[in-house]
Amino acid sequence: MSRQSFSALSLLWRGLSRHRSWQNQWRKPEPKPSYDVVIVGGGGHGLGAAYYLAKQHGLRNIAVLEKGWIGGGNTGRNTTIIRSNYLFNESAALYDHSLKLWEDLSQQLNYNVMFSPRGVMMLAHTVHDIQVFKRHVHANRCNGVDNEWLEPAQAKEFCPPLNIADNIRYPVLGAALQRRGGTARHDAVAWGYARAADSLGVDIIENCEVTGIRRGAGGAVEALETSRGLIAARKIGVSAAGHTSVIMRMAGVHVPLESFPLQALVSEPVKPIFPCVVMSNTIHAYISQSDKGELVIGAGTDAYTSYTQRGALHVNTHTLDAICELFPNFRRLRMMRNWGGIVDVTPDRSPIIAKTPVPGLYVNCGWGTGGFKATPGSAHVFAWTIARDEPHPINAPFTIERFRDGYLIDEAAAAAVAH
Amino acid sequence: MLVIVCPYCGKRPEVEFTYGGQAHLARPSQPSQLDDQDWAEFLYMRSNTKGVYAERWRHARGCGRFFNALRDTTTDHFLAFYKTGEPQPVLPGRAP
Repeated sequence: MSRQSFSALSLLWRGLSRHRSWQNQWRKPEPKPSYDVVIVGGGGHGLGAAYYLAKQHGLRNIAVLEKGWIGGGNTGRNTTIIRSNYLFNESAALYDHSLKLWEDLSQQLNYNVMFSPRGVMMLAHTVHDIQVFKRHVHANRCNGVDNEWLEPAQAKEFCPPLNIADNIRYPVLGAALQRRGGTARHDAVAWGYARAADSLGVDIIENCEVTGIRRGAGGAVEALETSRGLIAARKIGVSAAGHTSVIMRMAGVHVPLESFPLQALVSEPVKPIFPCVVMSNTIHAYISQSDKGELVIGAGTDAYTSYTQRGALHVNTHTLDAICELFPNFRRLRMMRNWGGIVDVTPDRSPIIAKTPVPGLYVNCGWGTGGFKATPGSAHVFAWTIARDEPHPINAPFTIERFRDGYLIDEAAAAAVAH
Repeated sequence: MLVIVCPYCGKRPEVEFTYGGQAHLARPSQPSQLDDQDWAEFLYMRSNTKGVYAERWRHARGCGRFFNALRDTTTDHFLAFYKTGEPQPVLPGRAP
């Protein structure tokens, strides 16, 4: 089926014809009795996996089941930061694979995901930070990932609102800058993948909660029990973020995950003042400015496991303390909204993209507080893993069994906040 | 912010506490008998329950002591607080 394609000319035409001819971006199909592949979870990672399964692996009979609505989960709740300057070879390969896909994603999807490589700057406040960041810079260069060290004056030049005075509680002693990093429009990523997958025949089924997974005599998956009836599936890919352990337990698989609330907040919109993304591990804050003009601010998770999609105010005020110290000119800005999402955290802060002990069941989880940046790359290798029943070389190290075998990918930089 | 009832000090705000994760995890009594899978279960696998969850808290900025709590992770409401070493309370009408 063909969707209307977007171009400057088509926008102009629809504008002149009073916007009467816009169509829905994806269908609202009833679930079919059976599918070759069912993806559980309609976030960016799940929709992307369905898209790449259809686009690159020639599968057509695919469904994405979403408990709520498209773009309503963590894909629409994060702070949209994209970077790939991770320490270990395995992580650098995975996240840089993703970053390269971001660069022409809008063209691939014919949907403007507003990828903006405006630079991500991570601040160092202690001697330990300086040593760790310089180690990252060198390790990244060995892996072909751009990352450079800035002295405080250079950091101030790159981000003029930054306070580099030496009399604040945690003065800025330098920064690591990845110029290819930046932000994208999170909703557009979900919508763009949904639209592109739908046009390749993928059924996107919203308001469809999975309540059980049936397995056959040989142990392989057979069907999903859902709030919209029984759906047979040859293969199931679980991409359910904070609820992954709940879904996996339905198939009898235990995953090393804990689900935590992660909050973010935005200020009232202001004129363009903030040219890049700034993160601080040590004092727990990150900030960028959206194209609407809001300052988008986030930090670490709440302390306790929860499924409530909300957290405590003191976590946000702690973050704002740090922001106000680093950017004193934001002190009188009013905060407009805050919200929470539920993130699934692994013991080593690296994701799991893998086959499971159950035949036909695959899982993409454990992205913790930093999954948005990996959306295209993760979806791409997850689709490969499902289609070929074997991992892509990039995600081969990211198994569940690494916790048994001791091959942890202990990525303390994963969230860019101190754990 | 959660209001947490320390069994020793009473009702206090969450900022006085640190979280200790899942409760009632006993260290293996025969460590040398365990294989890699058993160690992975003990070290890394947590129940991550959606519902009533037994967890540890430490009154770090108070008496300093660990204790246990039952909390519903779908609402964040606490259902019980009890001292370390005491059995997990059975709540009427609720699956453990």
